[in-house]
Amino acid sequence: MLGKGVVGGGGGTKTPKPSFVSYVRPEEIHTNEKEVTEKEVTLHLLPGEQLLCEASAVLKYVQEESCQRGVCGRLVCTDFKIAFLGDDEPALDNAETQFKNKIIGENDITLHCVDQIFGVFDEKKKSLFGQLKKYPEKLIIHCKDLRVFHFCLRYTKEEEVKRIVSGIIHHTQAPKLLKRLFLFSYAAAAQSIIATSPKDHTVMFDTLKDWCWELERTKGNVKYKAVSVNEGYRICERLPAYFVVPTPLPEEDVRRFQGHGIPIWCWSCHNGSALLKMSALPKEQDDVILQIHKSFLDGIYKIIHRPPYEIVKTEDLSSNFLSLQEIQTAYSKFKQLFLIDNSTEFWDTDIKWFSLLESSSWLDIIRRCLKKAIEITECLEAQNVNVLLLEENASDLCCLISSLVQVMMDAHCRTKTGFQSLIQKEWVMGGHCFLDRCNHLRQSDKEEHRRQLSLPLTQPKSSPKRGFFREETDHLIKNLLGKRISKLINSSDELQDNFREFYDNWHSKPTDYHGLLLPHIEGPEIKVWAQRYLRWIPEAQILGGGRVATMSKLIEMMEEVQSLQEKIDERHHSQQRLQAEAPCLLRNSARLSSLFPFALLQRHSSKPILPTSGWKALGDEEDLAKREDEFVDLGDV
Amino acid sequence: MGVNLSSMRRLRKRLPLSRQVPRLPPSRVSSMASASAPKCNSHTSENEPVKSTSQDGVNCDLNETVPRLPGETLITDKEVIYICPFNGPIKGRVYITNYRLYLRSLETDSTLIFDVPLGVISRIEKMGGATSRGENSYGLDITCKDMRNLRFALKQEGHSRRDMFEILTRYAFPLAHSLPLFAFLNEEKFNVDGWMVYNPVEEYRRQGLPNHQWRITFINKCYELCETYPALLVVPYRASDDDLRRVAAFRSRNRIPVLSWIHPENKMVIVRCSQPLVGMSGKRNKDDEKYLDVIRETNRQLSKLTIYDARPSVNAVANKATGGGYESDDAYHNAELFFLDIHNIHVMRESLKKVKDIVYPNVEESHWLSSLESTHWLEHIKLVLTGAIQVADKVSSGKSSVLVHCSDGWDRTAQLTSLAMLMLDSFYRSIEGFEILVQKEWISFGHKFASRIGHGDKNHADADRSPIFLQFVDCVWQMSKQFPTAFEFNERFLITILDHLYSCRFGTFLLNCESAREKQKVTERTVSLWSLINSNKEKFKNPFYTKEINRVLYPVASMRHLELWVNYYIRWNPRIKQQQPNAVEQRYMELLALRDDYIKRLEELQLANSSKVSSASTSPSSPSQMMPHVQTHF
Repeated sequence: MLGKGVVGGGGGTKTPKPSFVSYVRPEEIHTNEKEVTEKEVTLHLLPGEQLLCEASAVLKYVQEESCQRGVCGRLVCTDFKIAFLGDDEPALDNAETQFKNKIIGENDITLHCVDQIFGVFDEKKKSLFGQLKKYPEKLIIHCKDLRVFHFCLRYTKEEEVKRIVSGIIHHTQAPKLLKRLFLFSYAAAAQSIIATSPKDHTVMFDTLKDWCWELERTKGNVKYKAVSVNEGYRICERLPAYFVVPTPLPEEDVRRFQGHGIPIWCWSCHNGSALLKMSALPKEQDDVILQIHKSFLDGIYKIIHRPPYEIVKTEDLSSNFLSLQEIQTAYSKFKQLFLIDNSTEFWDTDIKWFSLLESSSWLDIIRRCLKKAIEITECLEAQNVNVLLLEENASDLCCLISSLVQVMMDAHCRTKTGFQSLIQKEWVMGGHCFLDRCNHLRQSDKEEHRRQLSLPLTQPKSSPKRGFFREETDHLIKNLLGKRISKLINSSDELQDNFREFYDNWHSKPTDYHGLLLPHIEGPEIKVWAQRYLRWIPEAQILGGGRVATMSKLIEMMEEVQSLQEKIDERHHSQQRLQAEAPCLLRNSARLSSLFPFALLQRHSSKPILPTSGWKALGDEEDLAKREDEFVDLGDV
Repeated sequence: MGVNLSSMRRLRKRLPLSRQVPRLPPSRVSSMASASAPKCNSHTSENEPVKSTSQDGVNCDLNETVPRLPGETLITDKEVIYICPFNGPIKGRVYITNYRLYLRSLETDSTLIFDVPLGVISRIEKMGGATSRGENSYGLDITCKDMRNLRFALKQEGHSRRDMFEILTRYAFPLAHSLPLFAFLNEEKFNVDGWMVYNPVEEYRRQGLPNHQWRITFINKCYELCETYPALLVVPYRASDDDLRRVAAFRSRNRIPVLSWIHPENKMVIVRCSQPLVGMSGKRNKDDEKYLDVIRETNRQLSKLTIYDARPSVNAVANKATGGGYESDDAYHNAELFFLDIHNIHVMRESLKKVKDIVYPNVEESHWLSSLESTHWLEHIKLVLTGAIQVADKVSSGKSSVLVHCSDGWDRTAQLTSLAMLMLDSFYRSIEGFEILVQKEWISFGHKFASRIGHGDKNHADADRSPIFLQFVDCVWQMSKQFPTAFEFNERFLITILDHLYSCRFGTFLLNCESAREKQKVTERTVSLWSLINSNKEKFKNPFYTKEINRVLYPVASMRHLELWVNYYIRWNPRIKQQQPNAVEQRYMELLALRDDYIKRLEELQLANSSKVSSASTSPSSPSQMMPHVQTHF
């Protein structure tokens, strides 16, 4: 296996197709092994974290200059993460340490982040689960955040291989009790962090005050009230302790069907119209019960149909929109496009990239989510009607659509704390079943519940607004991945016309980035969010390029303006001159990769990345391809 | 990485908008769409609403209905119905001059609907006959070279269609009527002479040439060695003029290997030429073999000379049948040959046609990605970029010198050498540097612009036409997308070049080679496109440009990063909105203005301090009253 040498050395189109297991030069292993005895890297454990098992003399493969190289080290598994401790960890430079994740290192995989584990047996890749009879020579871990790790176990002692492989499989695949989640031991051991001034922190929406604050902020307090009827979850566990309903709604109505059939306020628009959500009443066959339901709902609608309330338009997300199954299926196909094992795979899939993307239909789902949100925005903004989102439990597509609408309409939601507060309000307090959707307890029978629901929220990026979110926020959302129902939008022509007019009209005017923002939804405008999806793929990194290049220029300019302003202030106030220069984070932007800050630890070289597989058949153009560029008259040749 | 939004906003709010924020330059492309006809998203091909004048020489008298360039004359005007593919029929008046086709609406406030140079027209067809019924079924359908069609409905009575057809044909295809191209009639004056931009001797001197290994030869002074090469060539010092003549006999159309670029440090070179005339019998030429070896030895490297043949190997083999071929291993011991698999001009032309099919008039929605893939356009872009990266890498890494050719060395070869040079030499990433690059690698080395574009020629189906130069510009755009701070020019610059590639307003892209241009006295009789651009450079500058000497740029030639250039290919569609000057750029421009303002203030303050005139409370320019405070938090 080692005899096969370096993969793709030198690059170019002439590289022989590397086999799945050709990796490391033998001399590299020797030097590395020597170093093992000299240096021991210590494992960094979080409070409450326990080491469960480990193996030494493991090789981790690193993609470098179009070839793979092995780094020797220890592979460990704790009750929180799988970690690889390389023997020759390169020193980080200044910019790098600044953006280093303090909890999860470059070679750390939290147990919940593990998506699939494969073993390589005699050059064949097999999915690993349960009890193993035979242990693999190589372990491949696909992560939910799309990283791919390759660990070679050939030089590891047999018992250690057994221990680490079965340990990892057990701790990432066996069903778990909620109380066993690492989070609880961590919380018990770590000191709680006290939030600073309420102005700068995320609104958690766990107090009546928070809801009143939000009502006041959106001027919804005229027609809506915060209620504490569910304090201590007396009525319903699904609903938050505090929430907001139309002012005239009697509290006993909330109790009647455990919160079902109640219009719950999400957000108020500047013109007074509001976005509401309602979980549907349980389905019933019995006519008598159905009659009871009907009269209950009639009563509810009477309350909200009457002035001062605007006309209510009901949007049934359970029957008129995407199904959770569709979303889940599309995402599983889509993510597969980014879980790339090696350079060859990257370039092989590159030729049919667009059709692969299309067949996943993920981008189409994103488009439909954005479109639905724009339709609702049009109702609120242009028609001045209330919109009531209806869904079985009002905790999946409701969360998705209502938060998208707020991102488009409410500039506050586009600030860092505003966005975090929005996630807290609509997703966490909104009762999105993260535990089930992400299958954190790994109940295999619950597969059908695992649907990537919060992902569409992080995807809308076709409009320039996206650039303003800080990546930390993205990161946060990334960790909140959830998963979950539909029919095509069969709206009337009139609705489509209103939509089109609203959409076209908005786009023909200059944008006010602090007002309403509508994303573009045309085919060519919906693109893959490169920084999230391509960030771990070395072939996809643009050295010194990408959006990060302009962003760092912008930051430099802000620093310069700020320091100039300080100078003017000093002169003006004739104070002593402080020549303290603002620290320069990103001056050397030319060195940053386009994947910064996520994959900044890729040691980059000045070598270009060259496609290794070239051309696909032209099909019907074959005869054209054979033609001469021009008629060649070469005389007596 | 994050820009703190709230702080940015605060920063912005604090600015009394009227004073501190300067008017931003018109957005790059959006101005094209923002001309005066909101209804129809005006189809001007000028980058400027026609109302705003002068800077690029458009003369616009309010009393006149049509803007006119000096030398432009109105031929006729007619009432027509313009069948807008996006908004339906619009009644208008069309004006035809010897340069342009111009349409004003007769419905809404006589707004401009479009302003198209006649040079853009590729084909004019009559639609509907005397018997045709139905509304607007009788008229003209005009196919343009820039990804759109213009359709007019005309009255059947009174020969108005015949007249319009004849006039348009005459002025859009002047060559078929023994008329001059408009560039020869254009009397525009600019304060910069674009013809002075490129001086080969100066450019070679910038590269450090001549040196001990390379000399400048005037052997082709009167184009007697090679008709399609420039007068001035750089060749190995050790090769005599007689050697060159003997080599010329063995290279297609005498296009011998000559230097395009030399690495300032390792002295590796990029050399370009046409295919060797090997033929079926596998002919050899000692002089050619020796000449290549001389090239290899110029930098005293022992490594082999790398030859990149741009063609797919099957085509290179097939070319033997017509007398061409490639450098075989047994004849050229010290060379290593690689094929770059870039297809010929016919494949590229069909590919672009397919792109038009999916974007005009309607953008294929439901299967956008697979339709895009089926055009192969981006796949071709990928291959061209990949080839250029390989060339650049070989030279930059100091591994070996590179010789590039295809069949004749004026299409794919030009793409590869110019793109590789753009990657290697940051000079070419400046506005003037890019002009020099185009002028040198494309215009002077005989890319057959006249044949590939068909300036003033009515034969729309000519197999010689092909969007090779457009493909090159697209590659440049892809690079500028990947490296947004590396180019001095913006997207508008590239689009302007492409617009005038067809317009025939400037002499820059006319004719096939330098010898033909000299015969026609193009530099004396026409204006250069660079005059227009360089006299108004600010419009074409990228605010993010950071000058970096000696930085090699390697774009990533992966479909994951390549995009269809929407702002060019789909710019006529009002639904696909031209990106407004993007938020980051806008904010950056604001900060730039703020910085300049602060620097000015600081200078004023320094001046005031030194002259000891300071009475903060009374001075009208007191900073306490005037100065906006920026509170940016980091």
